Amino acid sequence: MISLRATMRGGRRIERSRPWPRHVINQTGWLRAIREISKGHGDMLGLWSDGADVHMLMLDHESSDIGIVTLECPNGRFPSVGHMHPPASRLERAIRDIYGLGADGSSDLRKWLDHGRWGVRRPGAKPEPSEASGDAYAFLVAEGAPLHQIPVGPVHAGIIEPGHFRFSANGEVVVRLEERLGYVHKGIEQLMVDGPLDRAARLAGRVSGDSTVAYALAFANAVESALEIEIPQRALYLRALMAELERLANHIGDIGAICNDASFSLMHTHCAILRERVLRASQLCFGHRLMMDRIVPGGVASDLTMEGAVALHALLSGAKKIIPRFIELYGDTTSIQDRTVGTGRLRSELAKQYGCGGVIGRSSGRSFDARRHPGYAPYPELSFKVGSAHAGDVDARVWVRFDEIRASFGLIEQILDKMQEGSIRIESLPAPSETCEGAALIEGFRGDIFAWVRLDAAGAVQRCHLRDPSWFQWPLLEAVIEGNIVADFPLCNKSFNCSYSGHDL
Amino acid sequence: MRKFLFQGLLRWPLTELAPAADDAAVAELAAALAKASRRRLGRSLSIREVDAGSCNGCELEIHALGNAFYDLERFGLRFVASPRHADVLLVTGPVTKNMREALERTYAATPDPKWVVAVGDCAFDGGVFAGGYACVGAVSDVIPVDLHIRGCPPDPVALLQGLIALVERRR
Repeated sequence: MISLRATMRGGRRIERSRPWPRHVINQTGWLRAIREISKGHGDMLGLWSDGADVHMLMLDHESSDIGIVTLECPNGRFPSVGHMHPPASRLERAIRDIYGLGADGSSDLRKWLDHGRWGVRRPGAKPEPSEASGDAYAFLVAEGAPLHQIPVGPVHAGIIEPGHFRFSANGEVVVRLEERLGYVHKGIEQLMVDGPLDRAARLAGRVSGDSTVAYALAFANAVESALEIEIPQRALYLRALMAELERLANHIGDIGAICNDASFSLMHTHCAILRERVLRASQLCFGHRLMMDRIVPGGVASDLTMEGAVALHALLSGAKKIIPRFIELYGDTTSIQDRTVGTGRLRSELAKQYGCGGVIGRSSGRSFDARRHPGYAPYPELSFKVGSAHAGDVDARVWVRFDEIRASFGLIEQILDKMQEGSIRIESLPAPSETCEGAALIEGFRGDIFAWVRLDAAGAVQRCHLRDPSWFQWPLLEAVIEGNIVADFPLCNKSFNCSYSGHDL
Repeated sequence: MRKFLFQGLLRWPLTELAPAADDAAVAELAAALAKASRRRLGRSLSIREVDAGSCNGCELEIHALGNAFYDLERFGLRFVASPRHADVLLVTGPVTKNMREALERTYAATPDPKWVVAVGDCAFDGGVFAGGYACVGAVSDVIPVDLHIRGCPPDPVALLQGLIALVERRR
């Protein structure tokens, strides 16, 4: 039997694909890769197209190797991955909508991002004008006498992003939830095509506003890999500092928001105060509350001043005192625990099958954290503990967030300690002289963000693909709500906190 | 929990002084607000937020308006869950084509008199997303807009200035 690793390294190797090799394999190899993945011998971390070929990013469990395999699609078709490995299903539907490449054997032929509103079909390759009056969408059926449907969205009741949820319920108990997403599809990948790097970097930083640092970092790392450049040491540390501040702000906000959805507003109020303090410190340090456009290919755009460092130390000493009290408040209040313990349980097999990253995966026994593996500078030089739990319920997802908040405290302290003086940016990036490709896996607060970029000889973006961790989390939300009551959906949803904008792109 | 509650009694509030209304916003609004509607609604407004394709950055800052530092509700402004209860629609994003109809229907579901505030650079002219196949562009291309609050995203103080202008000018 040929192992997954051998499959990943078979076929024709593409030069100038970094840091992971990309191999063009034949149909037999492609099918073998799907089989190995579906048996659980590896994770599928991404599936995308550039209009001509389909690419799959894989992690082999045995060797921990990462690789990209490519299948050429001269006839506009490829053997479906989702047919044997369901996590690929929505990615395939998106590929069909944008590039017109069909997945043979796929059981779901419905459109996903294309709602029939663009006035064009297949915008990524050979666009064709079409009606913009909207397509009908056939939701999956749930049949039986006592069942009723609850349609929710796309405009939701809170201050959140748009998407549609279709619940089928038996009284209060949800028997099926089906999501329909794509409402905030902005065509970001196509907007990047043939554009300059700085424009693409600004777009990458606006894929999902709450993860702007992580996306800018993923894009910058991919570009730097493609160009084979190393950025100054200080810039690496400043990037990690911003990434940890972003993680802190989001995790703190999420804990408050989860509690708020069970009407535990005291926790929400205090978390909102601490989150605001983190954002204000970020503003003081880097001149923007969310730190947008601060990470650029080649380094970072603004340096940390002495004043900023002092503010960070003050923030940390305050936060380190208050977090144990939040933990006490959450852990000792039985009325909130009554809502979170045992609610929305995600089985570890599902987390593993979907390659589910971030807090959600780590609360269900999947320990993957891109800061650890594949790892990227400066994290190998820093010590930190990745949060983990096995219960897989809303409660576990709260506790893992607390773990990660404490880990970020430690990381920020180490970064401030170890950061050396020096330059923060390479002023002019070298032109590649021929087509080159780069990729990166970055741990955002939601999980691993994958960025892949192909630059042309002049250094402009020829193709770019950005895969949000939510692609492998949204489908699991449908699974965890099953058998729970409708009133617990907000808790399940908030404890997942998947991105709409990052997913719809 | 008791400690947190006691502290709330003993400490000064974190809430900060209100910023002055933004001059540009005031000028834009003067034309938009009729005297009659001011009398009818007083100085309190119910706001429905609609994300019409934003990256979620604007939503984060709109959320922050509710925290103890900004405390939006002291100005008589509150967020409501349905357009049927709203006086103001706070719209973000470059209006994706997939959200256009939802935005139009939300506007239609909001009872008169109503105002629309477009928040963020995307809502003003499509921002970085302008020109693609998937976005309409400005909110004002879809529904009438009474006030723009610029920024990417506008910070809570900028949002407050715009919204205060909305209630202050209606006295």
